[in-house]
Amino acid sequence: MKEYQTITRVAGPLVFVEKTHDVAYGELVEIELHGEKKSGQVLDTSKDAVVVQVFEGTSGIDRKSVVKFLNKTIKLNCTKELLGRILDGLGRPIDGGPEVIPDEQRDVNGAAINPYSRDAPRDFIQAGISSIDGMNTLVKGQKLPIFSGSGLPHNDIALQIARQAKIGKDFAVVFVAMGITNEEAQRFIKEFEQTGALERAVVFLNLADDPAIERLVTPRIGLTAAEYLAFNHEMDVLVILTDMSSYCEALREIGAAREEVPGRRGYPGYMYTNLATIYERAGLIKGKKGSITQFPILTLPGDDITHPIPDLTGYITEGQIVLSRELHAKGIYPPVDVLPSLSRLMQIGIGSDKTRDDHRAVSNQLYAAYAEGRSLRGLVAIVGEEALTERDRAYLKFAKAFEEQFTGQGKNENRSIEETLNLGWKLLQILPRNELIRIEDALIEKYSKLLNLQFAG
Amino acid sequence: MALGKLYRISGPVVVAEGLDAKMYELVKVGNEKLLGEVIQITGDRVTIQVYEETTGLRPGEPVEGTGASLSVELGPGLLSQIYDGVQRPLPVLAKMSGDFISRGLTASALDENKKWDFAAKVKKGDEVVGGNILGTVQETKYFEHKILVPPNVKGKIKEINSGKFNVRQPIGELDDGTKLYLSHKWPVRTPRPVKEKLMPTIPMITGQRILDSLFPIAKGGTAAIPGPFGSGKTVTQQQLAKWSDAKIVVYIGCGERGNEMTEVLTEFPKLIDPYTNAPLMERTVLIANTSNMPVAAREASVYTGMAIAEYFRDQGHDVALMADSTSRWAEAMREISSRLEEMPGEEGYPAYLAARLSEFYERAGRIICLGKDGIEGSVTAIGAVSPPGGDFSEPVTQNTLKITKVFWALDARLAQRRHFPAINWLESYSLYKDILSQWYIDKVANDWNEIRQKAMEILQQEASLQEIVQLVGSDALPEKERLTIEIARIIREGFLQQSAYHAVDSYCSLKKQYGMLKAIMKFRELAFQSLEEGTNLQSIISLDIKTKLMKAALIDEKNFEHEIQKINEQMSLDFKSVVGS
Repeated sequence: MKEYQTITRVAGPLVFVEKTHDVAYGELVEIELHGEKKSGQVLDTSKDAVVVQVFEGTSGIDRKSVVKFLNKTIKLNCTKELLGRILDGLGRPIDGGPEVIPDEQRDVNGAAINPYSRDAPRDFIQAGISSIDGMNTLVKGQKLPIFSGSGLPHNDIALQIARQAKIGKDFAVVFVAMGITNEEAQRFIKEFEQTGALERAVVFLNLADDPAIERLVTPRIGLTAAEYLAFNHEMDVLVILTDMSSYCEALREIGAAREEVPGRRGYPGYMYTNLATIYERAGLIKGKKGSITQFPILTLPGDDITHPIPDLTGYITEGQIVLSRELHAKGIYPPVDVLPSLSRLMQIGIGSDKTRDDHRAVSNQLYAAYAEGRSLRGLVAIVGEEALTERDRAYLKFAKAFEEQFTGQGKNENRSIEETLNLGWKLLQILPRNELIRIEDALIEKYSKLLNLQFAG
Repeated sequence: MALGKLYRISGPVVVAEGLDAKMYELVKVGNEKLLGEVIQITGDRVTIQVYEETTGLRPGEPVEGTGASLSVELGPGLLSQIYDGVQRPLPVLAKMSGDFISRGLTASALDENKKWDFAAKVKKGDEVVGGNILGTVQETKYFEHKILVPPNVKGKIKEINSGKFNVRQPIGELDDGTKLYLSHKWPVRTPRPVKEKLMPTIPMITGQRILDSLFPIAKGGTAAIPGPFGSGKTVTQQQLAKWSDAKIVVYIGCGERGNEMTEVLTEFPKLIDPYTNAPLMERTVLIANTSNMPVAAREASVYTGMAIAEYFRDQGHDVALMADSTSRWAEAMREISSRLEEMPGEEGYPAYLAARLSEFYERAGRIICLGKDGIEGSVTAIGAVSPPGGDFSEPVTQNTLKITKVFWALDARLAQRRHFPAINWLESYSLYKDILSQWYIDKVANDWNEIRQKAMEILQQEASLQEIVQLVGSDALPEKERLTIEIARIIREGFLQQSAYHAVDSYCSLKKQYGMLKAIMKFRELAFQSLEEGTNLQSIISLDIKTKLMKAALIDEKNFEHEIQKINEQMSLDFKSVVGS
């Protein structure tokens, strides 16, 4: 293996090396300085110069540092024994356990799933949370991010879903942390240990004080493990990626260091494609039993949903669960705002053969009614409640009850889909029956009898 | 073949030295022979965009020119196929490399072994020119594929044979020795020539109420569907692909979700074309270049789709082309342009963004085909746009709106209220409205345009009334105005809203659209009359018939005429019963 001492420039996370042999694009690099070793990856290669991004940061690197090109790309040691392990952001064990003996080494960049080989997601996953199951149903193989903000309980929700989700018998969680604090990481691990979930989990940790550039690899490593478990061991894998905002910051840092023409708000123009190579690694494959369901978590800078990070994410993922600071302030947990939230795959995951025959109609009606109630609140602020009609007052009452009873539930409360839908019917009783235009009469009859409903008016 | 060596690799763009290549020539890059296209020539160096992942390429690896531009192969076997952005059939790639796409694969776009039954329509000695029909192949039970003389070929037929051929066997020959085949190649970036462009005077019926009734598109027209994420661009595009009365649909999944293509692939074969009763898949060609597939191939995918659409147009068919999403195409252009270190225009997009978009949409149109038969065909182009943050002032939306004649503005607020399709009726427009009005009079009803206009007026009135309501509450309005708001609500919720997932509601014939709107207008007339006669507003709006009217969308086509008549009769009776109360 050839070594070079021809570093000409070090800038931010990048190292420029000259007079090398023909180095491959994407090749793994090792840089040795005074006995310490750092790893990196080739970002740009030509006959004259090579640009290397260094994962552990460039501090300490000087022109005498020795650069070694390893003639391989970044690979993860894959084995079923990964379950129960805690690894760092580059896939090295940090739990004091033994080295990982691989059954197979896999390129972490993966390859695109052939769209023709994909199988359509269709199986309902019960998360046990009404605002998700009832209104934004999760389906196996879906990628559904949580759009949150700093200080909101997104981690609690992710943990609750990981704990309660009914996905399948052979079930695993791949937990990928990017730039989260040590304290948060401890909480996750403790929770996993307490509930016994760690045995079924693989944890990859890139903490807030770990090098930012390493974050660019961490989600790919996690997803490589997930693909291996899903498609080689037929497991249903839930991947939690937190926090994707830290990932995007790292991407911006590299772009800036390379002096690229920036896109919106300084993020690189290729961020959409780059994020897609992460999010699209979810789904099902025809003829294979396993599945990958993704829960990326994003903290929205300034709660701004039009910021490039949530914006580009929303264009790739199959919907989004949006948390609301207002609901959180009202003491409602989980503070899921169902109006901007959406599950694109909901329609194929619900109905008489999946959940219940009234699911679609009830959720449409709840949506419409809650939206109406919410928009009336603005009016009340101006004209006072007295100026409203009786119909309008019923909607206001409904919206309040919906937030408190339907959206709100306990951190350990695991509601079945029947409970969720029955609760929906119960709340709809607040409205006059002729307001229920989204529900077929036959369904209203049926459930009025079954649940003994009395509509207002 | 020209041979050069790789000099530099940086993402999807590579530079080669010593390669004698033409602009836009197709080249094979590296030891793995990855597909690429020349996009810049500077002295001895050529810049190439590579359609596959470039990790592992090294300087010094060979680069080989092919002498040809990026082309599609056009002939029988296109229908119900699914291709990537450079027309490689994905099912064949899956056979070659498994569930994940590996690199350096090449596959023939059309099945080379399948034999087609060719029936010649010309004979020895006939003079033919480009676009002439040589004969036909029954491609599916419902589709007769016309075999064309390639656009730039002409001469006298020396030999032509009917019989069973595959696409590699000649079916005949011209006097000058040119061999004729069932298929031919066409460079994707070059528009296929036509004899004459025509005015678009026939609407493309989509079965979607808000589109057909309020903002119609013409066959051969262009439309843009911009909208933030979650506002239903893809569902709208898929509804158009399912229900529009085009003969052929080319659906380009350009940088979008893999699962969406899977949805199309699993759903379409099960759906029946309401016009021909054939499975929908049999009239569809899919181009799938999902967001995680290489970005350069995404840039090419819209051209690949367009060339295929034009080919079917040249056989005399109405073709609908859906591109979802053109923003991803523009972003691919931006990414490549930034790697070329070109001077960026607005928001980092290349300065030629507007030119590329207009060139693309100009390839749509209703035309008279080349050749002696003078047959008509059309390509209708509908592009989804994904503006960042839902902001329509961004360059891709703006440059698209400059060219397209129909604007279906998707609105996040409507989507949040689950008003689907979330097309904003105040912002959207169709410049074909007037040119198509005669057709609606001839084919649907004499008063179609008046009713449509009336509905638009009510919606406009409602918008200004709502502004007042936001300030003073609805109780402060006179009863007449409150009734207008109520009528507008019936139009919005009972007519404009349409469920793509409801078996009956998903498609709505023009007859049914007319019947529904007409009944709503009758309700309006009776309601105002009744109000003037002193009836209390509350008793008018709590009439049961109103709920029935709002659920009319769910009546199936077969019973509709009968049921709507019942509703109309009931309406007259009900209003009589409340007079003065």
